[in-house]
Amino acid sequence: MSPVKKATRHVNQNEGLIFEKSSAGKAAWKLPPLDVPEVDTAELLGEAERADLGHMPEVSEIEIIRHFTRLSTWNYAIDLGMYPLGSCTMKYNPRVNEAVSRFDGLANGHPYQPERISQGALRILKTLTECLLEITGMHAITLQPAAGAHGELTGILLLRAYLQKQGNPRKKILIPDSAHGTNPATAAMAGYAVENLKSNSVGMVDVAALAAQMNEDVAALMLTNPNTLGVFEQEIHKIADILHDKGGLLYMDGANMNALVGKVRPGDFGVDVMHLNLHKTFSTPHGGGGPGSGPVACKDFLEPFLPVPVIVTKADGTLGFDYNRPQSIGRVRAFYGNFGMHVRALAYIMANGPDGLRQTTEDAVLNANYIRKGLEGVYELPYKTPTMHEVVFSDRVQAKKGVRTGDLAKRLIDYGFHPYTVSFPLIVPGAMMIEPTESESKEELDLFVDAMKSIAEECEKAPDVVLEAPHSTRVSRLDEVAAARKPVLRWKPGP
Amino acid sequence: MRYLPKSPADRETMLRAIGARSIDDLFAPIPAEYRLQREMRLPQQMSEPEILEWFQKCSRENGKGLPSFLGAGAYHHYRPVLIDTIISRGEFLTAYTPYQAEISQGTLQSIFEFQTMICELTGMEVANASMYDGSTAAAEAAMMAMRVSGRRRVLIARSVHPEYREVLATYGQHQDMPLATVGFGDDGRVKMTELERALSDDCACLVVQSPNFFGTIEDVPALAELARSKGALLVVAISEAVSLGIVRPPAEADIVAMEAQSFGVPLGFGGPYAGVIATREKYVRQMPGRLVGETRDKHGKRGYVLTLATREQHIRREKATSNICTNQALIALMANVFMTVYGREGLKELARQNLAKTAYASQHFGRHGKVLFAGAPRFNEFVLQTAEDPYVVNSRLLEENIVGGFPLKKFYPELGNAALWCCTETTTRASIDAVGAVLARAQTKGKRRPEPEPEVVR
Repeated sequence: MSPVKKATRHVNQNEGLIFEKSSAGKAAWKLPPLDVPEVDTAELLGEAERADLGHMPEVSEIEIIRHFTRLSTWNYAIDLGMYPLGSCTMKYNPRVNEAVSRFDGLANGHPYQPERISQGALRILKTLTECLLEITGMHAITLQPAAGAHGELTGILLLRAYLQKQGNPRKKILIPDSAHGTNPATAAMAGYAVENLKSNSVGMVDVAALAAQMNEDVAALMLTNPNTLGVFEQEIHKIADILHDKGGLLYMDGANMNALVGKVRPGDFGVDVMHLNLHKTFSTPHGGGGPGSGPVACKDFLEPFLPVPVIVTKADGTLGFDYNRPQSIGRVRAFYGNFGMHVRALAYIMANGPDGLRQTTEDAVLNANYIRKGLEGVYELPYKTPTMHEVVFSDRVQAKKGVRTGDLAKRLIDYGFHPYTVSFPLIVPGAMMIEPTESESKEELDLFVDAMKSIAEECEKAPDVVLEAPHSTRVSRLDEVAAARKPVLRWKPGP
Repeated sequence: MRYLPKSPADRETMLRAIGARSIDDLFAPIPAEYRLQREMRLPQQMSEPEILEWFQKCSRENGKGLPSFLGAGAYHHYRPVLIDTIISRGEFLTAYTPYQAEISQGTLQSIFEFQTMICELTGMEVANASMYDGSTAAAEAAMMAMRVSGRRRVLIARSVHPEYREVLATYGQHQDMPLATVGFGDDGRVKMTELERALSDDCACLVVQSPNFFGTIEDVPALAELARSKGALLVVAISEAVSLGIVRPPAEADIVAMEAQSFGVPLGFGGPYAGVIATREKYVRQMPGRLVGETRDKHGKRGYVLTLATREQHIRREKATSNICTNQALIALMANVFMTVYGREGLKELARQNLAKTAYASQHFGRHGKVLFAGAPRFNEFVLQTAEDPYVVNSRLLEENIVGGFPLKKFYPELGNAALWCCTETTTRASIDAVGAVLARAQTKGKRRPEPEPEVVR
């Protein structure tokens, strides 16, 4: 009997590129008749007129629906099952969020329409900022950044502007070796050198090392808390003190905020500035890689530097935008950010309420610990420190049979699951980073634990099955080396 | 809580399995002194109908359904029904970034098609999977030009969207990037004599927009030639993508930084939109953002993967081409469906209608004011100078339930009482005529009427 319980193979349709279906004269569009006089485009545009549109496709409506529907069936998705990607927080995306974001006035509101007829959108932005400030315990916030990394850049620019005003922007940012790649990349974009900070034997910031490395050249520490091992930095107060004593700031990467909501607030444990990922903690859909939204919350002393504009209540009680902010770092994006994501995040907060959000956090942590318990002893647990919302195992045991974390991940696909995060964090060789989120039922978690155990057994008895996985997908082990060596980045018509 | 799939008994069973007495045991690692001892002060749990009602009210208070002549970087085009049908499929909506190629071929192939169509439309050789929006794409394009050229100075035309210029200034402030602007002439295009003086041997790039912020189409071949003569790259930003249906593509550019919002993305009060960077093949390794490439699997079957990841932050960390991670994938899919629906002929016809409506409106409004920059071709926007302050004009129009053009005073005080007007295929002749009538009244009787209070100042 197959050890695979969650999935069954099933016919799915083949489909070529849309260009391969195109032929002249097919169309999926029809415009209403023009109600103004026709124009002579050559006369209006002269040399600026375009000759033709090259190889743009010509296809009918049914072909388009089938094309994209077929493509869609080749994807895994949260709607199909558990997505245990560590640090990515693949939780359920409530559909009421989608419904409200499509309401006419919100979907079709122009960013430059007069404030008098924008009160609805402004109320949404204002209400969301109030909720996020209460959740984080911070004092001020901008919703403008379009994603987490964009929020990081905004946050570091804020603290840089503040330090600059004190007379010295300083030279470097400290970043733990367990951090996401966006942290060092962000520091570089903000004009800072990056200095690595080693983790200690239990996977936390080495406080003694931090004290030794901290000096007047250090602008800030970028800390993810809980960190990427799923471990809460227990000495967070000491960390903040060490930074603050030398005039540095504490930046918190809020990627893992879903482990804290309703239980503890970064503003209460010494964080000066942080970003949130609305597409993680607050349930806006990942959409195959975006859009996200990365609001940045800060303490009062950083407020004057926030990007323009900020939302204000005017003398007559209506809401508006304030652009007159002489100390602002400037804009980080046109208009006001990914408003559609703000709408969705607020709908999520309203559906949950304070008790629902707290329960959500508790269930996320419960789920991660349940998986940890279920797989302990089957896979090596390099850090025994208590787990919050995610747990990191390693492939050390299975590697002895030549099976690595990437192989185990590919085999998980055959079992009907999306793989966990592979080879991250970098401090764990052969890392398997698992974050179930609160969205998984006990049944789904049991299936996952069962699948992982079964794969571990396969590593002992028939490692080739794992090494050659996946066996049940349309394509298997695509040649990434060839793709990068001779990149083919677009379709071209045949000879 | 209705999103949580557990019964109290499930939770008890799981806690017992873990060996915890209560859920509090699992939060013990958080020092007690910091733990929140109260419930958060947030709205109480709301049912679905209550949530719908709350947002419906917001929607009603947000200019619902008024005909609008606003463009200025965000355009109201018709969105084919297919777009929401397709992006609402859970397999697209709720999928993660396609790192696991075997179970992400749908997303990957659609991005490959998106990249191809962007290349076809812009005249570039490669395009990425998306950036946050047009403004950040333009800023990242300038930084990319600095890496390619090894130079630091950036010139940007004043006729580029003012908010794009602000974003570039923010991004460049700690990049050792001296930033200078070049003005526009009487035809609304980049002033060539000024550009010639400003272009120096240390210029990394010239950033222009076409159609520019005034709707005027720049002479891209001439700009490219001049930039190249000084060894600078030409970055062309495009904020109105539908223009590509009828306007010559900026094929002479080195980098195109585009906003794809016009391709089927709702106005949405400013976002989410989707930026794109397209360029020449030889610069691809300096490009920011994700790229999808074609390859073969172990059985020789065609498939798609994320590629050239050594440019990106998760591999290169502080040496990456950008810190961008999450992009705007689902919005790029909207644009992809839009481009597929209209295709080779439809996009041209769509652009023609935009051109015709705008020609009609500018002719009509020109009788009651002065249309500036008439000496160069334009697409679907034009600048109208009126005797009255445009905020006052807009207040009059709002009384008639019409949203007028974008007042330019804040960004271009030298243009006086000027506003930027936009027509798309959705603008009706009736609404254009209605604006004409209000402008005519303002012109003839305006002085005798008591002036309404000017609308908000921004």
